[in-house]
Amino acid sequence: MTREATFNGFVSLALLLFPLWAWWADEPFMITLATKVAILGLAGVGLNIALGLGGLVSLGHAAFFGIGGYAMGILASHAQSYAPLMEWPFLIEGTKSMPIIWIVALIASAVAALLIGALSLRTSGVYFIMITLAFGQMLYYFAISWSAYGGEDGLSIYVRNGFPGMNTLDPIQFFIIAYVLLMIAILFASRLARSAFGLALNAARQTPVRAETVGIVPYRLQLVAFTLSGAITGLAGALFADLNRFVSPTMLSWQTSGEIMVFLILGGTARLFGPVVGAAVFIILEEILGDFSDYWHIHLGVLLLLIVLFARGGIIGLVAGEEKRHA
Amino acid sequence: MKIKMLMAAASTAILAATAAQAEKVKVGMITTLSGGGASLGIAIRDGFMLAVKQSGNDNIEVIIEDDQRKPEIAVQLADKMIQSEKVDVLTGIVWSNLAMAVVPATTAQGKFYLSPNAGPSALAGKGCHPNYFNVAWQNDNLHEAAGAYASSAGLKNSFILAPNYPAGQDALAGYKRTYGGEIAGELFTKLGQTDYASELAQIRASGADSVFFFLPGGMGISFLKQYADSGIDLPLVGPAFSFDQDILQAVGDAALGVHNTSQWNKDLDNAANAGFVEAFVAEYGRLPSLYASQGYDTANLLLSAMAKADVADQDAFRDALRAADFASVRGDFTFGSNQHPVQDIYVRQVIKEGDVYTNKLVGAALENHADAYVGDCKM
Amino acid sequence: MSFLLFVEQLLNGLQFGVMLFLTAAGLTLVFGVMGLINLAHGSLIMVGAFAAATVSAATGSYLLAIAASIVGAAAAGAIIEMLVIRRLYKRDHLDQVLATFALILIFSEGTRYVFGSFPLYLNIPPYLAGPVTLPGGIEYPLYRLTIIVVGLLIAAGLFLLIARTRIGIQIRAGESDREMIAALGVDISRLYTLVFALGAGLAGLAGAMIGAIQSVQVGMGEPILILAFVVIVIGGIGSIKGALIGSILVGVTDTMGGILLPAFFRLFMDNSAAMSTGSALATMSIYILMALVLILKPSGLYGGKA
Repeated sequence: MTREATFNGFVSLALLLFPLWAWWADEPFMITLATKVAILGLAGVGLNIALGLGGLVSLGHAAFFGIGGYAMGILASHAQSYAPLMEWPFLIEGTKSMPIIWIVALIASAVAALLIGALSLRTSGVYFIMITLAFGQMLYYFAISWSAYGGEDGLSIYVRNGFPGMNTLDPIQFFIIAYVLLMIAILFASRLARSAFGLALNAARQTPVRAETVGIVPYRLQLVAFTLSGAITGLAGALFADLNRFVSPTMLSWQTSGEIMVFLILGGTARLFGPVVGAAVFIILEEILGDFSDYWHIHLGVLLLLIVLFARGGIIGLVAGEEKRHA
Repeated sequence: MKIKMLMAAASTAILAATAAQAEKVKVGMITTLSGGGASLGIAIRDGFMLAVKQSGNDNIEVIIEDDQRKPEIAVQLADKMIQSEKVDVLTGIVWSNLAMAVVPATTAQGKFYLSPNAGPSALAGKGCHPNYFNVAWQNDNLHEAAGAYASSAGLKNSFILAPNYPAGQDALAGYKRTYGGEIAGELFTKLGQTDYASELAQIRASGADSVFFFLPGGMGISFLKQYADSGIDLPLVGPAFSFDQDILQAVGDAALGVHNTSQWNKDLDNAANAGFVEAFVAEYGRLPSLYASQGYDTANLLLSAMAKADVADQDAFRDALRAADFASVRGDFTFGSNQHPVQDIYVRQVIKEGDVYTNKLVGAALENHADAYVGDCKM
Repeated sequence: MSFLLFVEQLLNGLQFGVMLFLTAAGLTLVFGVMGLINLAHGSLIMVGAFAAATVSAATGSYLLAIAASIVGAAAAGAIIEMLVIRRLYKRDHLDQVLATFALILIFSEGTRYVFGSFPLYLNIPPYLAGPVTLPGGIEYPLYRLTIIVVGLLIAAGLFLLIARTRIGIQIRAGESDREMIAALGVDISRLYTLVFALGAGLAGLAGAMIGAIQSVQVGMGEPILILAFVVIVIGGIGSIKGALIGSILVGVTDTMGGILLPAFFRLFMDNSAAMSTGSALATMSIYILMALVLILKPSGLYGGKA
């Protein structure tokens, strides 16, 4: 086992044991924090497929995070009011079942990522960054003025959605759900990186010209990666909305995109567990710094700057040393 | 005045000590203290803490957290305060969208919520709850007062505008509810918009005889400055939010003379208010804003209930809150059946006192006004 | 809609476009010459506005305030270039995005720490206040007219600077071949600092000019920054001409969309439904414009390499 693999094992165990301890110690809020780490980590794992594996610096992933959130909000609000989503040409009812909501969230955010990706991937580099950012803003403004689903007020769901056989209102049980989904996504991401697809994508990122001469079409590979990436981030959005029992346009704002990206750099870009470690550090900082200063963003900014400038591998890079720069 | 206030504080303290000496009341205040909009949260916090300090009551413990104006942060803070800190009462939220996220979660977990500002219609009507009290206003109230004022001032053809989001849509609906004249034009602007050149051109071309606008925060500052510069010379009417003490200084001359509606002003003639304004200036070195007055009233309502009942006895405590047995800085104050204020709403005018821009009271726009949603509340 | 109103709205679109140009010009230069994407450009707008408001409050002079905004933002730009940005030129775009995102956090909260949370006061000077009557009877605010003129003058100045001066030659050389100009003995790090400070100064000027008609507050720059990105995508990176055309396109589309779309929906919907549908679509109109340009010309209207 490499040092990174050992560290990853330690992180997954710690993220599981901490809430179990909190459960035993009757500190439900600590469980909520751990759940937040798992869900935001999941969003980061999604972004990491585009960014770490595909080299696509997307500053618009909040769009998919928010679409996932709204998939949950819209379905659950219709179920809550017993008003069907549509009656014609066929009847679609709302639902409070998590698995169905997840599937809808995955599909909706995948379709959005496919459309945005198809346009944005016509360009590259800094254009790509600005275009993804702009499309994200477009959806943000749309959500604000979309009064049917609350506009800026957002949508409140009074009771958390259900999962067969579990009591999702119990913090620890909801944590387990988020944790299992996170682990499945990480497993998927690691398989993907080692698959023929992942290798070809990596080749297209590092030496695009050479990849094209052997018949790899970067556009298609990148579009698939971007779509998968958006879908996973969308799933995280649905879970995040369920954690808060609330969804609003804030989930779509460009600051959210920036924060998801910050998780990656804190933990270590293109590292399998980078987003999880980054999300954990971010939330710990928010809790600790937020407590003793109203101006904690300054400290966060300075820390982020130092990491970008001087510790490029992020925290995993510090612990496990500079390794291969791809997952 | 000072002595009277001290005596009032002392008597509250004695009452509190005798009646509810059992349990401390833990209050969780979630409000916006950083980022854009922090000035509102700071005002609410300062007003609230001033009342707590004046009461000298040791049985109240206030935990203050910053929601950064982000709904999901606010929900998580609410969960934290309820689950870990085990607070009895939550308060502090400035924005309607944050209130819509936090209030249902709070009441569902069996805690009290006292709103010092936001009053979304959903929570006043169908979504009302025995544990939710609004101490400020229902969102439509000040707009309804503006409509009533416009009618009584003989304005017959208003141009109305607000941002395109739920509170903005409610604002225009509220104005139209009480306004009797014609609508010369109706516009929804972008939330956060800062340039109103295009809207001003349409106002100029519309043939209106007055303009009603609801543009909170920085939007209102921009609009007023640009309105003053446009050469349009129609009377402006709006709710107090764009003429609040804390932002008037940034608007400057552009706001002078504008009529706006509010349930409070610093020159409102009652003893509680005079004491509040004086103590606030002494404590913080600036004039109190509308938001500060609401924070102050919220704390005093809570203190009055604590003097009557033990928070552990939820039914008794709820009854004590409902009685609203405190000296509100806005004069008479009672709750309607949906636990939102029934109150007088006034017209104010922006003036300059020395170097400071502020408001003076002109008259009443609506008396004993309840909100439009009280009938939807089944409680 | 009357013809006069239409023309007035076009002027408004032009004025908005010119403001965007002042922001986009700096961004596109910095990207063209140094290959750097700078998210913190919006913060420099804010620095300019706060500098102007502070000086205006102290001296009462609007011209001094404008000068302070340019000097203050350029100085802030030069300082962050030397401390931080300089280390990012050779890094990938991801590092640049993150480091400049960090700078936004530091600038925004730092400004709030120093100036507090309440908006500052900055107003139009008396000699520029009020409307003037244009030929044809349009009443238009003098201040906005001044913004249009100043913005177009600056655009012309930039064209001259780049086409005719020694600095301009170096900038153009830097855009086409970065190694080459170093080899020619140009002090490249000085050139970079200069270009960055120039862009920052323009952003600061934009901040002061809009600060007088809007509000001077923390976070005022970011909405403009995102629109400036849209401008650059439309106009093409590195091209001052593209930035100017893109700015005006975005300014006019945004302004006219806000009026024409609701009017269009009013033809077959009731007033308030038309109003909210039209306004919602209008907020999206510039992004749709951007998508159209991308489909037709992925590298923007005047962009060379994508």
